[in-house]
Amino acid sequence: MSLRKFALAATTALVLTAPAAWAEDLVIAVASEATSMDPHFHNTGNNNQIMRHIYDRLINQGPNQELLPGLAESWGPTDDPNVWEFNLRQGVTFHDGTPFTADDVAFTLGRAGDVPNSPSGYGTYTADIASVEVVDDHTVRIHTDAPVPLMANNLSTISIVSRAHGEGATTEQYNAGDVAIGTGPYRQVEYVPGDRIVMAANPDYWGEAPAWDTVTIRPITSSASRVAALLAGDVDVVEGVPTADIAQLSDNPDVSLSQGISNRVIYLHLDSDRDVTPMITAMDGSEIQNPLLDQRVREALSLAIDRDAIVEEVMEGIAIPAGQLLPEGFFGVSENIDVPDYDPDRARALLAEAGYGDGFAVTLHGPNDRYINDAAVLQAVAQMFSRIGLETQVDAMPRSVYFGRASDLEFSVMLVGWGSGTGEASSPLRALIATNNPDLGWGASNRGRYSNPEFDAVLSEALQTVNDDERAALLAQATEIAMQDVAIIPTHFQVNTWGTRPDLQYIPRTDEYTLAIGVVPAD
Amino acid sequence: MTVFIIRRTLQAVIVLLVMSAIVFLGVFAIGDPVAILIAPDATQADIEQTIRNLGLDRPIWEQYFAFLGNALQGNLGESFVYKEPAIRLIFQRMPATLELAVVAVLLSIFVGIPLGLWAGLRPSGVAGKSIMVGSIFGFSLPNFWQGIMLILLFAVVLGWLPAFGRGDTAEFLGIRSSLWTLDGWTHIILPAINLALFNTSLIIRLTRASVREVIGLDYVKFARAKGLSRRRVVGVHVMKNIMIPLVTVIGLELASLIAFAVVTETVFAWPGMGKLIIDSIFVLDRPVIVAYMMIIVLMFIAINLIVDILYSVFDPRVRLSDMKR
Repeated sequence: MSLRKFALAATTALVLTAPAAWAEDLVIAVASEATSMDPHFHNTGNNNQIMRHIYDRLINQGPNQELLPGLAESWGPTDDPNVWEFNLRQGVTFHDGTPFTADDVAFTLGRAGDVPNSPSGYGTYTADIASVEVVDDHTVRIHTDAPVPLMANNLSTISIVSRAHGEGATTEQYNAGDVAIGTGPYRQVEYVPGDRIVMAANPDYWGEAPAWDTVTIRPITSSASRVAALLAGDVDVVEGVPTADIAQLSDNPDVSLSQGISNRVIYLHLDSDRDVTPMITAMDGSEIQNPLLDQRVREALSLAIDRDAIVEEVMEGIAIPAGQLLPEGFFGVSENIDVPDYDPDRARALLAEAGYGDGFAVTLHGPNDRYINDAAVLQAVAQMFSRIGLETQVDAMPRSVYFGRASDLEFSVMLVGWGSGTGEASSPLRALIATNNPDLGWGASNRGRYSNPEFDAVLSEALQTVNDDERAALLAQATEIAMQDVAIIPTHFQVNTWGTRPDLQYIPRTDEYTLAIGVVPAD
Repeated sequence: MTVFIIRRTLQAVIVLLVMSAIVFLGVFAIGDPVAILIAPDATQADIEQTIRNLGLDRPIWEQYFAFLGNALQGNLGESFVYKEPAIRLIFQRMPATLELAVVAVLLSIFVGIPLGLWAGLRPSGVAGKSIMVGSIFGFSLPNFWQGIMLILLFAVVLGWLPAFGRGDTAEFLGIRSSLWTLDGWTHIILPAINLALFNTSLIIRLTRASVREVIGLDYVKFARAKGLSRRRVVGVHVMKNIMIPLVTVIGLELASLIAFAVVTETVFAWPGMGKLIIDSIFVLDRPVIVAYMMIIVLMFIAINLIVDILYSVFDPRVRLSDMKR
């Protein structure tokens, strides 16, 4: 092509392109691409949020992860606590017009944990199920070997697929779209990996009629580009607006921001198990006994952290200081726990009392590409630790390196985040604080190997208590034990920010998902 | 010539072997893909299941030899993340990257060479000096920032061009490309400029330097003395002699634009290979990383070969068999 021809093409292009106007079509820019259209292949947030458009679950999670009727109108344990009964919604059809029945549920629960070569399947949520009994077309009973109070929460993560299409279907077939048949408000139209997912309204949806004719989900990983695409009018909704841009964008009439707290707590995990911990030495570099074994030292570290300063300075006000594992309002949260005060004097006194008046040297570890401003938070914490006389260093690294090393117990003090997928307190308590026990599936992310028999006993009781009120009280009690003993140090809860065009707003979700059904006209 | 090509092919096989071993061990050393891929609330049993699913329970050397065995049969492994053959994922996204790289290279040639010629022929003029100053910006401004600025100017402020993504594709002559549609061109212009800026500057400077070098040589003076038109002197005598360094650089740059358009593809959310490889590196999707590197190495080898052959076309004194290095 000659230069002249190129210039001609370029000018024509410039003249003919006008900013796109969206009437009934919605374009959402997400931060990370969905990696599969198979609803049971890979359990990650970026995949799950797509599946919530195309599929329903027996039980849905509302914006605050409260459990709402989905394909099941009502549910609960029967008189036998080892049997749960689900009454299914009548008159629901799949996108291909076939009716939804109990048999599809039975099929789905078998498939969910059994997709070949899954990098992270949904077996975690179906492992407790001993058998599924189809009573009639609209009644399902789930049998377990022991009471499973969290059955409803677990099933709120599983997308229901059609047996007619899903039987023997591979992940590739779901990606191709021919078997991707659900009952959700939108049906899958096009999936171009790395580029776009297009969905169209399901006119026969059983619930509230879908508001958009088509929904296009496009991944834009760079947050600056995502915001620019919104400003340019190329997309209608973006997730993950960076905190640094929020002040400026909130003055911009072309953008409307929606914010909401997430279920994700950012915390420091402490090696409170080994006698000698790899990343802590005496000031002169010589080996010392692990000071984190001493509750007073752990409490001193917690008191040394100025959580308000982290929120105001590092997070630009877009976060909430944390004193426990979930924000208030969630199931199983304790009302008796306050955010620890910032008290460096008391922290120094506690250190002296524990025999570390002269301090020690510690290296903090954390990711630099996983949580909002993660490395900056770590830097701030390090400075605060220095103020109480510790010689503190920071080593932040990409998550691809970090999480493997953290799980190999290479660190002593590490920054991690935890989002409660089930939307209640047992999720973090069981994964982070319970004694590591592969057989029970407890403490899988307990990278500090904290262990407290008193805590384990209360949690164990909670996890066998089917009565909601009693379970909530037990979970709160377990949380109090853990926080009293400073098993981990929560710093803040993340607050997520969505940007939309000015005539829209987004109903924020604590599970951080970006869903088309949450995009509504501005007040 | 035949001996030359055979020798090059043998070299290529050795390079591929060494490279695959390095990447294999390198990714192994970086970290544990399971720690990234697994859902946080997975139990220990789930984690072990995943390790077995991905074949990571076997010793690393066993994994490597299994990989080599499959590679000989043309199977470079299946992505951990997408559960599709790595090679298919890469070829799926290759057209997007190729069209971007080709447009960027054409852009840098058709802008860079004329500007470089001008600056070389009239080095003390205002235009020549401005061109050289301008090229410094192309060099020194970070690619990422340039991209964001282009988006801000042309998409946000002026609203002329889309801010991101690839446009509609169409099929023509059996090739599916977004270059056949107007929408495709509106989408490709900004990322192509972004990708081309550095190379354009490079070509401008290279052309200018070469022109300055040959313009004073005897054969050019003689051509002028013979009374040849200025057009012919520049177009034939000068151009032909400055092409050798240019072809080398353009060939290598084309290869590196195809292989490493990562920043541009990320900024413009361009669904190409660069974005695939960077996403794969973030989650340690080893089969994709290894397959990608092997394809890229092959491509570099092929492009170098073509460049060497082009040398002999431009300069008959160059004999391919002479190049034994």
